[in-house]
Amino acid sequence: MSFELDAVEVRHGEARRALRAVSLSGRAGEQIAIIGPSGAGKTTLLRVLATSLRPTAGRVSVLGTDPWQVPASRLRRLRSAIGMVHQTPPLPPRQRVIDAIIAGRLGQWPAWKSLLSLLYPMDIAGPRDALARLDVAERLFDRCDRLSGGQLQRVAVARVLYQRPDLLLADEPVSALDPTLADRVARELQSESARRGISLVASLHAVDVALRWFPRVVGLRDGIILFDGPPAAVSDRMLHNLYAAESAGAERPASEPEAEVLTFRPSVRASRTV
Amino acid sequence: MPPAPSEATAEVLRDPAALRRVLWALAVMAALWPLLRLAEFRPASLFSRENLRVSMNFMASFLPPRVDADFLGLAGRATVETLAMASAGIALAIMVAAPLAFMITQSLSVSRIGPSRSRARAQGVRHGIRVLVVSLRGIPELVWALVLVRVFGLGPASAVVALGLTYGGMLAKVYAEILESSDTRPARALQEAGSGRVTALVYGLLPGAAQELVSYTMYRWECAVRASVVMGFVGAGGLGQLMDQSMKMLNGGEVSTVLVVFLALVLASEAISGGLRRMLA
Repeated sequence: MSFELDAVEVRHGEARRALRAVSLSGRAGEQIAIIGPSGAGKTTLLRVLATSLRPTAGRVSVLGTDPWQVPASRLRRLRSAIGMVHQTPPLPPRQRVIDAIIAGRLGQWPAWKSLLSLLYPMDIAGPRDALARLDVAERLFDRCDRLSGGQLQRVAVARVLYQRPDLLLADEPVSALDPTLADRVARELQSESARRGISLVASLHAVDVALRWFPRVVGLRDGIILFDGPPAAVSDRMLHNLYAAESAGAERPASEPEAEVLTFRPSVRASRTV
Repeated sequence: MPPAPSEATAEVLRDPAALRRVLWALAVMAALWPLLRLAEFRPASLFSRENLRVSMNFMASFLPPRVDADFLGLAGRATVETLAMASAGIALAIMVAAPLAFMITQSLSVSRIGPSRSRARAQGVRHGIRVLVVSLRGIPELVWALVLVRVFGLGPASAVVALGLTYGGMLAKVYAEILESSDTRPARALQEAGSGRVTALVYGLLPGAAQELVSYTMYRWECAVRASVVMGFVGAGGLGQLMDQSMKMLNGGEVSTVLVVFLALVLASEAISGGLRRMLA
């Protein structure tokens, strides 16, 4: 198992529950898209998987480790094996692209190598190759504030590719890209996942990208998983329910969404295809 | 029955923060007034005829500045000494401040991301260092200098160490705050990907904060030049000692020459600071 969440709950303050009793697991090499309206808990779910947010309740296991039960040094090593593409690229505007990409390996390199690398990059071919996969190789020595929003987002993806993580997470990785580039980046993330046999979990606003490219689609709404299965099994009615206006959801009795959860576990999926 | 539309609109259109703002402004003024009285702040006395005459006479004794080769040579040597004192003091202060600021800044806190069980301990350590920083800058450099003159004897060494201690405390506080007020998301993202604190600092925080850090350090260097003058009065050498001697001999011309040198030094610091900021922009 690449990760396993068991009845995970995240509360922000007393009242707001961002996730309620979410159970989700992914095998190595699996590619999962998470879709759902704004505020559904997609980012929270990814942050729990990235071990940057400790759930209020429930069990978490990432890459075979419970991040909240291990010593700090072990947790740091675990974190260096998790790659996260953030929704807004967390790159300092005055940093050069090459340094921003090399920063992906800070968790793996010894400190002296990382510091020396600011004087002269310790690896130039690696960052260049990562950029080339996303068509921005020519910006290697530019400063981040000279890039367009779309280029910046691809640099952020290149950093995570360069990190070579064992679990690849992406929070809206294609939100600043036009449809052609969005497809390109989504496919590049998938080919990385397929080539190295690591699982990929991406939250996506673009439902079409999710349904077209991802073999498994998870629908999240109000912190609850509404459906989880192959795109072929996702009906228009399920999508309609997922994105239905907030007022329609509020009128439903609280227990109903849980009763409506549609799950397609691998075994169920197999029996359906027979 | 719903309220009349005009009533509803009036309610919506009123800024709920307005009353609080007015009350705060009044409170601040009420607190300041007795303080101004206590400080004997009477701007009118600045312009009374008698006072104006006295201060004009005092200013007139500064003219003309003394510019003969003898005194200029003396002033030149004192300037170099003052610059050396201020620069060495700031260098020492940076060495004191950098590790302290690194330790107290919240923006590199690993425990903020988790694991939270070490959070209390980390906050405790941070608190202890903050107390140290406060006590460093709580004691004026002049007092440090008076103490240190008894250790190192008369001369610039005591001023350098005094500057290093007090300014180290000031720089540590402001460095930590600059690091906290700049964009901390890059550093946090790096720590979430397993980076250590030092590398998260240089890759995530410094690119955004370097300009601010350098310009504040340059400003402190400028302050150190002025402070080293005051310490010259207690025997630390440099322009201050020269000025002290001139004043005691009631030689206004010499004093004004020293003042012009000051002005030039401040202008130079301004120019260097601006240049460095442009370089780092």
